[in-house]
Amino acid sequence: MAPPLPRIVPLGDAAVLADFSDTLDLAVNARIQQLAEAIRRRQVPWIVDLVPALGSLALHFDPDRYDLQVPPLEAAAALVKECLGRKLPDLSELARTVEVPVCYDAEFGPDLAEVAERCKLGVEEAIRRHCASPHRVLMVGFAPGHPYIGGLDEKLSVPRRTTPRPKVIAGSIAIANTQSVVYPFTISGGWNVLGRTPLVIFDAGREWPALMAPGDRVKFRSIDREEFDRIALGPGKP
Amino acid sequence: MSLRVVRAGLLTTLQDLGRYGLQHLGIVPCGAMDPVSHRMANLLVGNPVEAATIECTVLGPEFAVLRDGLFALYGAAFDAKLDGALFPLNRPVMIRSGAVLTIGKALRGARAYLAIAGGLRIPEVLGSRSTYLPAAFGGLGGRALKAGDVLEGPDDFTSLSKRRFAGFARKGVISTPHFESVRWAAPELTLPIGGAAVVRAMEGRHWDQFDTGSQAALFGESWKVSPDSNRMGYRLIGPRLTRAMAVEILSEPTCLGTVQVPNDGTPIVLMADHQTTGGYPKIAEVAGADIPALAQLAPGGSVRFVKATLEEAQAARRETRARFRQVGQSIAWELGKT
Repeated sequence: MAPPLPRIVPLGDAAVLADFSDTLDLAVNARIQQLAEAIRRRQVPWIVDLVPALGSLALHFDPDRYDLQVPPLEAAAALVKECLGRKLPDLSELARTVEVPVCYDAEFGPDLAEVAERCKLGVEEAIRRHCASPHRVLMVGFAPGHPYIGGLDEKLSVPRRTTPRPKVIAGSIAIANTQSVVYPFTISGGWNVLGRTPLVIFDAGREWPALMAPGDRVKFRSIDREEFDRIALGPGKP
Repeated sequence: MSLRVVRAGLLTTLQDLGRYGLQHLGIVPCGAMDPVSHRMANLLVGNPVEAATIECTVLGPEFAVLRDGLFALYGAAFDAKLDGALFPLNRPVMIRSGAVLTIGKALRGARAYLAIAGGLRIPEVLGSRSTYLPAAFGGLGGRALKAGDVLEGPDDFTSLSKRRFAGFARKGVISTPHFESVRWAAPELTLPIGGAAVVRAMEGRHWDQFDTGSQAALFGESWKVSPDSNRMGYRLIGPRLTRAMAVEILSEPTCLGTVQVPNDGTPIVLMADHQTTGGYPKIAEVAGADIPALAQLAPGGSVRFVKATLEEAQAARRETRARFRQVGQSIAWELGKT
């Protein structure tokens, strides 16, 4: 049976939202990534941005360039329906795997011990499970390059902290419920911080400004403090 | 060297029409808060509309002009002076090297754009010259201008300026000891008439979740722009908006003009530097045609929302575009471009 079509709703007068699901479902998100890729490949001149999110996909159009005979909402709905009616691109071959080295020392992961205790796991086992989880970027949003990553081991599911930390350092890896995030900038945050990567998550001056893009697989690799420092001070770093 | 910043003003940034194609990486288009005024400033010095301009906010900057050249300040009615004499707005002005341009307070509106002939010479970051303050990139070092900054125009700034001004000035010149200008001015396109801005808005996609009192308040009350508003969003002071059903919302894409309501019940209109995704309910969406009018509201200013359908919002865009095209053509005609 074919999966149901998304609801197509306007998002202001220069974008539409293909709304697939009110709840997080990894299979639905994978389908959203495939649809985004299918539309991207068509290089539709009036679409300026395609934003796959957790349960929906936004199509932003350039209202000044929009020059179709049909209203944009209908044109977008027809485009989505047509793409979903055909074979969607197989992303398993296309997806990049981004390896993210993480130092899980207490200094960098202030919430790790508490998370392990809540989950009735040893700290080493919690790290092992975080590294072994089949992580995938579901959405990049909130800040430039800020990934929302699904696939977290169910045993590691913990709610957000009741009191957000006023300052979470850039590069911190944190979890809540079924997801992981990596903070590209130092900001306040309510997720449980497990560790930190020495990699730069977002740099507008790079050819690939965001380390992680929607649909990417993510592999966290546990490193010690020495390796963290080596990578942090490595070639190409200021 | 074309300009040196003497005094930075409240928030003075370099902007253009923004960067597109990167919202899936969390990078918002950014760009001029009032893109119509940005475009107009460019047309008034003979530039393409994409050229970078200087966005002045509420309390403007002061510049030392280092080379003779053609300038235009368009948008909010700022109290602007050149060497102490009144500086004319909304028209091409030839300024001599050594002059000091002081852009004081905005008397009406909040933002104006200073364009120079040939555009400002700054590198593009990710396809745009816009300053994105939250992540500190684009524009001049990803930050607002500060005293001592020097801005460059094109190498042929002075000769290009003279050529263009000769075109604009065919029907007569106003000559003062401080500047030369023309006898006409471009009409105001984005400033609210009277006290409050009237802005069209559509029901947002979570409209039905709000209780009837909140629905009525959004379109019935006058809202005040809070002092903690910025280029990311306008926080509006008024009655608390509440939902009848407090359904958890999965974080989803937002857009320019989305009116979202966080748990404190204070609506926020997302502006040029907004986040690309968010998990707050969307009670309304401001019509794209009325974003410039909203951008011209300073903190303390008032706004009323008028309900519009999607079709009406799209028609408003077409009208705005037609009006801009008409004004743009008459400016091009003055320049002798036609």
